[in-house]
Amino acid sequence: MTGYLAIVAARFRALLQYRAAALGGLFTQVFFGLVRIMILRAFYAASTTAPISLANVTGYVWLGQATLLLIPWREDADVAEQIRSGTVVYELTRPLDLWGLWFARAVAWRTAPVFLRMVPMFVIAMLVVPAGWGLAPPPSVAAFVLWSISFGCAVLLSAALTSLMSVALMWTITGDGLPMLVATCATMFGGLVIPLPLFPGWAQPVLYALPFAGMLDLPSRVFTGDISVAHAPWVIAHQLGWTLALALLGRWLTSRGVRRLVVQGG
Amino acid sequence: MSDAFALYWRYVAISIRAQLAYRATFAMKTIGHLLVTAIEFFGIWALFARFGTLGGWTLREVALIYGTTDIAFALADATGRGFDKFGTILKAGDFDRMLLRPRSPILQLLGFELQLMRIGRLSQGVVVLVWASVAIAWTPATLALLVFSIAGTSCLFFGLVVLQATSAFWTIETLEVWNAFTYGGNYAAQYPMAIYRRWFRGFFTVIVPLALTSYYPARAILGRDPLGPIHVLGPAAGVAFLALSFGAFRLGIRRHASTGT
Amino acid sequence: MQIVVEDLAKTFRVAERTPGLAGAVRGLVRRKHREVAALAGVSFSLAAGELVGYIGPNGAGKSTTIKILAGILVPDGGRVEVAGRVPWKERIEHVRRIGVVFGQRTQLWWDLPVVESLDMLRHIYKVPAAQFRTQRDELIELLDLGKLLATPVRQLSLGQRMRADLAASLVHAPAILFLDEPTIGLDAVSKLAVRGFVKKLNRERGVTVILTTHDMDDIEALCDRVIVIGDGTILSDGTLADLRNRVTRERWLTIDLGDSGEVSDPDATVIRRDGDRVCLAFDPEVVTPAELIRRVTSRHVVRDLFVEHPPIETVIARLYQHDRQR
Repeated sequence: MTGYLAIVAARFRALLQYRAAALGGLFTQVFFGLVRIMILRAFYAASTTAPISLANVTGYVWLGQATLLLIPWREDADVAEQIRSGTVVYELTRPLDLWGLWFARAVAWRTAPVFLRMVPMFVIAMLVVPAGWGLAPPPSVAAFVLWSISFGCAVLLSAALTSLMSVALMWTITGDGLPMLVATCATMFGGLVIPLPLFPGWAQPVLYALPFAGMLDLPSRVFTGDISVAHAPWVIAHQLGWTLALALLGRWLTSRGVRRLVVQGG
Repeated sequence: MSDAFALYWRYVAISIRAQLAYRATFAMKTIGHLLVTAIEFFGIWALFARFGTLGGWTLREVALIYGTTDIAFALADATGRGFDKFGTILKAGDFDRMLLRPRSPILQLLGFELQLMRIGRLSQGVVVLVWASVAIAWTPATLALLVFSIAGTSCLFFGLVVLQATSAFWTIETLEVWNAFTYGGNYAAQYPMAIYRRWFRGFFTVIVPLALTSYYPARAILGRDPLGPIHVLGPAAGVAFLALSFGAFRLGIRRHASTGT
Repeated sequence: MQIVVEDLAKTFRVAERTPGLAGAVRGLVRRKHREVAALAGVSFSLAAGELVGYIGPNGAGKSTTIKILAGILVPDGGRVEVAGRVPWKERIEHVRRIGVVFGQRTQLWWDLPVVESLDMLRHIYKVPAAQFRTQRDELIELLDLGKLLATPVRQLSLGQRMRADLAASLVHAPAILFLDEPTIGLDAVSKLAVRGFVKKLNRERGVTVILTTHDMDDIEALCDRVIVIGDGTILSDGTLADLRNRVTRERWLTIDLGDSGEVSDPDATVIRRDGDRVCLAFDPEVVTPAELIRRVTSRHVVRDLFVEHPPIETVIARLYQHDRQR
């Protein structure tokens, strides 16, 4: 455990070095947030009935930007290099541990950047942006607590997807295209392009069945109170359920992939 | 000058050959890119399906703006790879290699790579634009304006990437900021500028003149405004922006020569 | 003189990073800088056709000098003239007449066959077709590239890539060639091939070569003249023999003992002992090599022995220490 804490701490330190990059990324996200909100406000001006209130959708957009780094944009570069060079076979004792290692790495790898982006974004969205345009605090302490749990689950879910991408690298052709595909799906079906509640009614059941909803959309809606405290546990169940499913898939694929690599010679 | 053109096309040829060497990956990346951009438009469609109108603009009208902006961005994105990756090129020492060749480093960066996979976004933009044009009564003047608009906007986006590259001479770390203007600018320009706040519109009219190169010409093409001289001058602002960016880049080269970065 | 360097000076501003987490946070707000004098008055001249080694510790100013000579860096003071031109002032014309090879970074296009890179360079340098064909065919023969021409650069071994890079740097028949660590990471056979080629290029074609390297075998094999730079100034400029003599007259006697015993001599110092192998340092003016050998073989059973100069690395290190102590 201390090993992983050390990795997270080291990553924090490394990221702090790049102060300008951090500010730059923040600026870009605030920019995108403001543009998205302006567009949504213009749409909302046309109609008073919408499945999600303007205030909640505004908060939704800010939360999406704040937790943007949860999206698995790329596979773990080190693991990718290990697989490509074939040295991964030396890491093997049992395939089960290999997946676990990748998963732990993914968690550590995600946590630091997400927090470093999230904290200033929250400050800006709640305190700097003028009222009505920004992120309102959660409607109750319970909502906040449940959101925190949900956020933690979102990290695990994201890590599970990242690990899956690493696993896919063991099959070269799929491995190349999968990160882009996953990132695209996560962006679209996570509610970054359009808030999921605004999709047509017929699409809703499909969207909320997918795992991607659990990364940005569902936690955000718990925070704004759009999903009530009573329903929040279902969100957590959704997230954990998918995390488990992806973990099982990942472990199974890992053992098969390893066998394949060993047979093929890497 | 013609020799520089000939060399540029040679660069393009070898770039294409290099990418086609990885045929499967190239196909996948292009399709992936097409999907990513198609999804953006699908999002807009979904919003229109729910709300019906955007500040008085219909989906087809927005599609015109969206299509032209995306085509312009795809062109700039495809050809500006050398500047986009300039931070990496500089860090790896490959820029020094360019300075060791008896050619303009700008020409070499232009020829660095022609990203074919951007055809994904380009074709998506074309499809959307064609769909939008069906509802428009085109005249030779508005058609010409459309071409100018795309060209001017493309130059503007390219200029932004050049400025991004220029900042790499001072510090590699600020490059992310520029994404706000390139990707962010593209995103914002896909919608009619009228829906944004005045300070935002002002910035994108005076400083990064996207409104001039893409929004006002679109208004004229759609018949919302009578066609006038500002509509021709607009795209020219994009070209001027690009020229200024190259000037800044040259200043950056001079600084690099004296500080070694 | 083809290359003239006079009083070259160059200072850099380097950002300082304080270690630890607190330092990193402070670094968010303010950065400290310090000035580093990479070159503090460097002077030397080269005649056309010389093959010179330019060596020194890391950070001594070697690559700064090379960059200035190549025309991509502007010095803060001093005068430089290469073939009658000031490199950074007439970059394009100057660069047209020099070739540069970086051992660690290729100039070839990674995904393309070697022959296409050469062809591309021909157009970049505007070499006339007939002249290019002759040049290219000669280089292919000299560097044994025939079988490699159709291979993409990314599939070449390090040695093959270096040979291809050498060819690429000479497509435009430059009069001056800068080689920066050309044998780094190469296997023994490739090193010999590279050295052989460079020597031939210099002796038969009269190409001026400036070689920076950490491999002293390169220096011994190729360079009549060696310039040593340390801390931004020239520490030594002359032949290898001059360099050795300047630092130390010392010679080393290495013997493989047949018996186990302590080896000692009033006029020699034991500097190394590896099992049965003992190395003695001595001053040939105090005791001749022959006399020392006689003494040692009379007292011990000696299976094998040889006398040598100290390796250049030791010489350079001592030279550097002397300079530091001053």
